[in-house]
Amino acid sequence: MTGRNARNCNKNYLKYVRALDPPTKHFKNCLAAFGVGGLICTIGQFFRYMLEYAGLSGDELAGTVSVILIFFGCLLTGLGVYDRIGRHAGAGSIVPITGFANSVTSPAIEFNTEGYIYGTAAKMFTVAGAIIVYGVFSGAIVGIIYYLL
Amino acid sequence: MKRGNTIFFKKPPRVRSYAAICGSKEREGVIGGYADITLADDMYGESTYEKAECKMLSGAIRLAVEKGALTDGDIDVLFSGDLLNQIISASFAARDFQFPFLGLYSACSTMSESILLAAAMIDGGFARNCVAATGSHFASAERQYRYPLELGCTRPPQSQWTVTGAGACVISGEGGGIQVVNATLGRVRDWGISDVNNMGAAMAPAAADTIMRHFKDTNTLPEDYDMIVTGDLGALGSRILKDLTWEKGYDIAPNHVDCGEIIYKVIEDEFQGGSGAGCSAVVMNSYVFTKMNAGLYKRVLFAATGALLSTVSSGQGESIPCISHAVEFVSV
Repeated sequence: MTGRNARNCNKNYLKYVRALDPPTKHFKNCLAAFGVGGLICTIGQFFRYMLEYAGLSGDELAGTVSVILIFFGCLLTGLGVYDRIGRHAGAGSIVPITGFANSVTSPAIEFNTEGYIYGTAAKMFTVAGAIIVYGVFSGAIVGIIYYLL
Repeated sequence: MKRGNTIFFKKPPRVRSYAAICGSKEREGVIGGYADITLADDMYGESTYEKAECKMLSGAIRLAVEKGALTDGDIDVLFSGDLLNQIISASFAARDFQFPFLGLYSACSTMSESILLAAAMIDGGFARNCVAATGSHFASAERQYRYPLELGCTRPPQSQWTVTGAGACVISGEGGGIQVVNATLGRVRDWGISDVNNMGAAMAPAAADTIMRHFKDTNTLPEDYDMIVTGDLGALGSRILKDLTWEKGYDIAPNHVDCGEIIYKVIEDEFQGGSGAGCSAVVMNSYVFTKMNAGLYKRVLFAATGALLSTVSSGQGESIPCISHAVEFVSV
């Protein structure tokens, strides 16, 4: 299986496999993402109104709402509920801030078996590290563009 | 004797005894009634999933040796391997025993490779009793190859579910009603699939290659077998295997069974079925051998398939090389 014949054969095989692949259900996933993501945001909005009613405002208000959502994201991850929601949610449970909390908490729990330093702490950002790096990086780029404009 | 890549045993070794342990999700399915121990808790009373996997494997080996009415002193060598880095489950399980250990890595085809080697060792006259064993655990494999368990992401529809379970059998010069008559050694095949979620499509060419070479070397046809068992191709991989062999004039569809496809009763999150070294190990060492001993199946070809990738190779964009070893069993 080397040489040109192999390459032709591979290409045919890959084409054939792609034709057989069960399609990812984009429409269903989008609908689920809309529903679940929307629900999480609605809950956030609910907290926002409640806190506003209690007298918070501005940055304080936004910060507190985020902290509450992060807390529940972590709690549900620890209870083993968040991954079940995520399984059927498309990307709806990943995009909001609760998803970020989940991506930090889940490796922290998983690698707890290797100790607090080399396990929990060192592996905590294996999933979220990429989000942080590129989030900060694109934030800086947008900032520069904004400054130049 | 040897023809092509198939070795024929002069005095066919026998499967003297076998044992299987499976997890909670697996016991709902077809093997639930046949496995020796089914776990209610996948941690198996241990503090980590890796320890649980090791305990399952060790337990299966211990049970198989006891069921064969043997003691540690009667076993000449243990062939075993698993999916974890540096095959820790197998080597750690071997700590519990007094017999020598030869570690193998052949991913999900470890069961057929270990039976093949055990049979060759016995037929060559170098051993009287050998143990062939392997196992896997969903949680430990998931953590090594994919994401943390609690991470809430949606699984793609081609994905498979790693089986929690372990199986072991004692291959022996005498005793037991199942003969290992011949075995075809696998060649590594790679047709360019690089999607780690589509193992079935990556492994099907290796399985097709080995099965067809087996037919050729032994002068047999698919109809001559009561059952052609593959390891963990899943629903999609099985479909591809049938197409690939059909193209070359062998119609295996009526006799073909895939362990991964049948192991779970309800396909809920498993999508294409089970996978992992434990998949074929559990099904062979519970359901298939029991049915063969009862005389329901006379002649069975067992070709487990393994995907020989690592997280490093797939991270670097390499395609997935795969292998399949075939072993033929005849009940007497």
